[in-house]
Amino acid sequence: MNSVISINNLSKVYTGGHKALSDVSLDIRSGEILALLGPNGAGKTTLISIICGIVKPSEGSVTVNGHDILSEYRITRSLIGLVPQELTLGMFDTVWNTICFSRGLFGKKPDAGYLEKVLKDLSLWDKKDNAIMTLSGGMKRRVLIAKALSHEPSILFLDEPTAGVDVKLRKDMWELVESLRASGVTIILTTHYIEEAEAIADRVGVIDKGRLLVVDDKDALKHKLGKRQLCIELENAIESVPQELSSWNLELADDGNQIIYTYDTYSEDTGVAGLMRAIDKSSLDLKDITTSQSSLEDIFINLVETQ
Amino acid sequence: MINTHAVKVIYKYEMLRAWDTIMQSFASPVISTVLYFVVFGSAIGSRIETVEGVSYGAFIVPGLMMLALLTQSVSNASFGIYFPRFTGTIYEVLSAPISFVEILIGYVGAAATKSLIIGVIILITAGFFVDLKVAHPIWMLSFLILTCVSFSLLGFIIGLWADNFEKLQLIPMLVITPLVFLGGSFYTIDMLPPVWQTVSLFNPVVYLISGFRWSFNEVSDVSIELSLAMVLLFSAICLLIVWAMFKTGYRLKQ
Ligand SMILES: Nc1ncnc2c1ncn2[C@@H]1O[C@H](COP(=O)(O)OP(=O)(O)OP(=O)(O)O)[C@@H](O)[C@H]1O
Ligand SMILES: [Mg+2]
Repeated sequence: MNSVISINNLSKVYTGGHKALSDVSLDIRSGEILALLGPNGAGKTTLISIICGIVKPSEGSVTVNGHDILSEYRITRSLIGLVPQELTLGMFDTVWNTICFSRGLFGKKPDAGYLEKVLKDLSLWDKKDNAIMTLSGGMKRRVLIAKALSHEPSILFLDEPTAGVDVKLRKDMWELVESLRASGVTIILTTHYIEEAEAIADRVGVIDKGRLLVVDDKDALKHKLGKRQLCIELENAIESVPQELSSWNLELADDGNQIIYTYDTYSEDTGVAGLMRAIDKSSLDLKDITTSQSSLEDIFINLVETQ
Repeated sequence: MINTHAVKVIYKYEMLRAWDTIMQSFASPVISTVLYFVVFGSAIGSRIETVEGVSYGAFIVPGLMMLALLTQSVSNASFGIYFPRFTGTIYEVLSAPISFVEILIGYVGAAATKSLIIGVIILITAGFFVDLKVAHPIWMLSFLILTCVSFSLLGFIIGLWADNFEKLQLIPMLVITPLVFLGGSFYTIDMLPPVWQTVSLFNPVVYLISGFRWSFNEVSDVSIELSLAMVLLFSAICLLIVWAMFKTGYRLKQ
């Protein structure tokens, strides 16, 4: 797949001297959903803000569809829609006025039919004449999305779209993201929630302290960095790992009712087969065996901690 | 290539905002001007002889218009750009495919239009109180428009510079209002003692009011050419500051 956004050695030092981004390089593919995962202050918003033209880069460059974001900003910005992290809206404006404003701002001629569809898709149509301050927080967030979609962008940035959003609305948001992708929009979202990245992203990038630690397909990331766990449930609890199994690095769990074996899926010999044979020969009675893959959460915590 | 849609919507929604707060935007400057007329024009003015052949009521009309225009231009334009900075909605303008010049035209254009409307309303209102004559309508209109635009530019600069509401009010209160009052709104400069006449020549508003008044009734403190030159110079300085701000991304972009 060809890349739609190309970020090259991007750095940002804020006027206070704080280095919010250091040497970030990343290619965002056309039509994908990319999740940027990182703790508070990691630099996610800074990265997005630079691409959208709100913050000036200190070093490095970014191109969108091959156009430089600084010298050809008219082209690049017209392709991008941005849903900011904060609920920044003119509280006295009506929903309809604010999305008409957004559309015009991005150089598109008025199109009431299209905007009507956007509002209907976001269940905001019946609120179109309401002042924004009379809407709930979740509705306000959807108004921000409507504003971002008002000019038919082909790239959409969602900066923490589900912060402070209830479970139902979060699911709705995921569906919306999915349907936008289906219509060909490239989506970049930031999130603190690992489940969110796991649920909707194709690829995940992990950012911490201004550095992009890793970017990869969600599944590959789990494969590459993830561990598998084999959980052996026993009929009878044991007090310690039997001598003949000591060459595997086993742990006891559930008061001795479970033996846990953690292994690397990618190693030459996972040791699983040998372990099973050894258990078979031992006096242990098996009740059940389950395996599990470590979640992105574990990977994330691992990555951030080892930095 | 210019993003005309963007300029249009900025202009339109700034005007719409004025319409929503019509009492504050249009009624209050008009009411305060009427009060000036009642107090200075009718009550006190009836005891004052004519100034260079013009009744005192008619004499103060240009100055009163300038007082309203200057304060309104500055406060409209500064608030227009400061408010989105304050609420954070400016992010959208910054992320739009629009140049600084277009942002400027939208916001300053709307602010100047509002002041222009206020100026015209005051002029019409004044007609009910005094016998108005406009000797040089084209000059009058030119001064009117130039003043609205240049002081809206000044307001825009203040709106970019201010980082709190106090600073936003500071310049209009501490600078603009005194300059207008001391700029000959209610008197001609030669009524002042000689020292203050000299000091007044450093007040740019003197040239504005003088030129504007000349276009009404051909009474002026300084020559019309000098007035015009000073107004143009003032506009040029504002434009230069705005341009410098634009170059550095001043207060808009980190
Ligand atoms: N305008 C600014 N001036 C100075 N420093 C800033 C500015 N904006 C952000 N920073 C700093 O840059 C760093 C990265 O901030 P950023 O907002 O990009 O983080 P983030 O990953 O979006 O965090 P969060 O998950 O909390 O939204 C932080 O340390 C922050 O304090
Ligand atoms: Mg953020």
